[in-house]
Amino acid sequence: MSDLRSTATDTPAAGKASSDAPTEATAGADEPTATRRRTLLPSSTLLRHLLLLALGAVATVVILESTDPFTNSQLATLSYYAIAAGGLTVLTGMNGQISLGHGALMAVGAYTTALFLSAEEPLPLPLILLAAILVATAVGALVGVAAARLHGPYLAGATLALAVGLPGLAIYFHDWLGGEQGLRVRAPRAPEAFDSFISAVSGNSASNTKWLAYLGAICLLITYFLLANLVRSRIGRTWRAVRDQEVAAELAGINLGAWRVLAFTVSAAAAGLAGGVLALVVRLAAPSGFTLVLSLSLLTAIVIGGLGSLLGALLGSALLVFLPPFVTDLGSGWGLDNTEAAQLAPFVYGVVLIVAMIFAPAGFVGSIRMRWLTRQATRSAARSSRG
Amino acid sequence: MGPLAQPTPSAGSTATDRHPGRDRSPDPAARLEMTGISVSFGGVTALSDVSLVVEPGQVHGLIGPNGAGKTTLFNVACGLVRPSAGEMTWRGSAVRRLRPHQLAGLGISRTLQGVGLFAGMTVLENVMVGAHRHARAGFASALLALPRSDKDERELRSRAAAALADLGASRYADRYPGGLPYPVQKRVALARALVADPDLLLLDEPASGLAEDEMHELGELIRALSGRMSVLLVEHHMDLVMRVCDHITVLDSGRQISAGTPAEVQADPAVTEAYLGDDVDAEADAAELSAAGEGGRHRD
Repeated sequence: MSDLRSTATDTPAAGKASSDAPTEATAGADEPTATRRRTLLPSSTLLRHLLLLALGAVATVVILESTDPFTNSQLATLSYYAIAAGGLTVLTGMNGQISLGHGALMAVGAYTTALFLSAEEPLPLPLILLAAILVATAVGALVGVAAARLHGPYLAGATLALAVGLPGLAIYFHDWLGGEQGLRVRAPRAPEAFDSFISAVSGNSASNTKWLAYLGAICLLITYFLLANLVRSRIGRTWRAVRDQEVAAELAGINLGAWRVLAFTVSAAAAGLAGGVLALVVRLAAPSGFTLVLSLSLLTAIVIGGLGSLLGALLGSALLVFLPPFVTDLGSGWGLDNTEAAQLAPFVYGVVLIVAMIFAPAGFVGSIRMRWLTRQATRSAARSSRG
Repeated sequence: MGPLAQPTPSAGSTATDRHPGRDRSPDPAARLEMTGISVSFGGVTALSDVSLVVEPGQVHGLIGPNGAGKTTLFNVACGLVRPSAGEMTWRGSAVRRLRPHQLAGLGISRTLQGVGLFAGMTVLENVMVGAHRHARAGFASALLALPRSDKDERELRSRAAAALADLGASRYADRYPGGLPYPVQKRVALARALVADPDLLLLDEPASGLAEDEMHELGELIRALSGRMSVLLVEHHMDLVMRVCDHITVLDSGRQISAGTPAEVQADPAVTEAYLGDDVDAEADAAELSAAGEGGRHRD
């Protein structure tokens, strides 16, 4: 930090400000430096993200222990949507590649999990989820190699083929993958330590639903921790460079293809884990669970939330999970019958999507961030005209 | 350089020396030779049999009327265009099948005619991307946010901040390039090219869109750079070219029509003819040309 300040002193004003050991107010007035952070967070990325991880864990426990079992299961659903959306926002938001095929990559993870769990003596769950990630990563890398050469609508078309075609494999290999009915998934029981943890924390009984909700949340937190690390690092910056200006990125020594494949692979890994969690939560891996609608829902989630932002991906997924039941309840409350109330949900979701595109085209998080940046820019412009 | 490759320290930079390129003299081996370069697009010949040598520490100018093939030759030099004939030698070894992303690793930087900044990043981050080849931490340390990755980022950030400070653009480090005045954007783009500590800098019309005094500063800067690296310069502003270049190659319609020191080139009747045509009022046109040059807003 200090070495940055000293290099940033090319203007007399900045030099004066730093030699006077400025208070926040005078620094704000005089020092235009890029490198001042106004937070009390630790400067180490690892510590900062571990702190957020710990906060996330506490929030998870508080939320899961203060809500009813139905909400718990909704939150488990949220966790797998958010894991996949987090991976997709890295791909689409940061690297500028679109994928309509993430539902298929989730299917890869889900089927891998289901197959491993159907063994007589299944492996420990973390290993199974790791296997789901690895298989999806391998498939994602293959797709990524093809995708790295494609742009815009062509890439959308190729990944669309993946979304439509891959679940079909389950029907083709019906003896092995269960055909249309799919594979039933026997979710392993919660370990004893979990029971005692729950009763120690809140005195609630540790149901299987709760265990799955915790499992999903743990996977979500780890995924977001790792993705946030990447986003903050040179890796994330290089992805954004490839997205913004191909030629300039290439001239800076960036191998466009390799970095695109990397982005696709990372995002496929997240989708694989999401698929594994989905299989556990839904207790089924079947082609009907991985239609094109799933892939499109993920895309709308990250677009509504704010492309390229992990928080946006989480918010978008939450909207995806909580809006439909909320609207349906509202509809029933207004005296609609069940069918009508159920039809209200997609309608309202569509309206929210359109309204968001009109009033917050950069998504929720993106629009707030943009407003903040505009204010910063205005302020710093005012500052430099005064100086 | 691929994302998973562990970047190796490049020639002339070591881990202990933080900014190896800043006070060094040009590498005597860093010599670019292009021999007999021809390029044709379909049936159209853009370049035929062009040769030039950029000596270490020299500023080499590449001039010629519009459509002469200057930018094509530039694109050949950085692998964006494959020549149909001819050979390129850098540091004494032949460069074949060059891909643009390998350029930085060879110690060659290039600026683009449009500034080509990354719109979604701050100015500082833009310049940090330029320092890509100095990065040492790989994917795993980034994924786990190991201290190694943080240290690497600090190092890149201080390199970038120093490059911005060199060009007097530190005050814009936090801003996004979209809202900045064009000359500032050009400076940032130049900082992004320089932060890689190249041995050869390819400048594509660095003065376009600059006012007179800014162009003067740019000239001083280019002269100063030649103490550290060689520069190959494509430029329309004749006064700038004549002031800063050690050697000039003149192209017209894809052919090399003249080469030599600025004085030699200015005295060459072939150059005057290419620029002005032979049966017109040469004096009037020359006046017009220099007026346009001094106008400062003359663009391609």
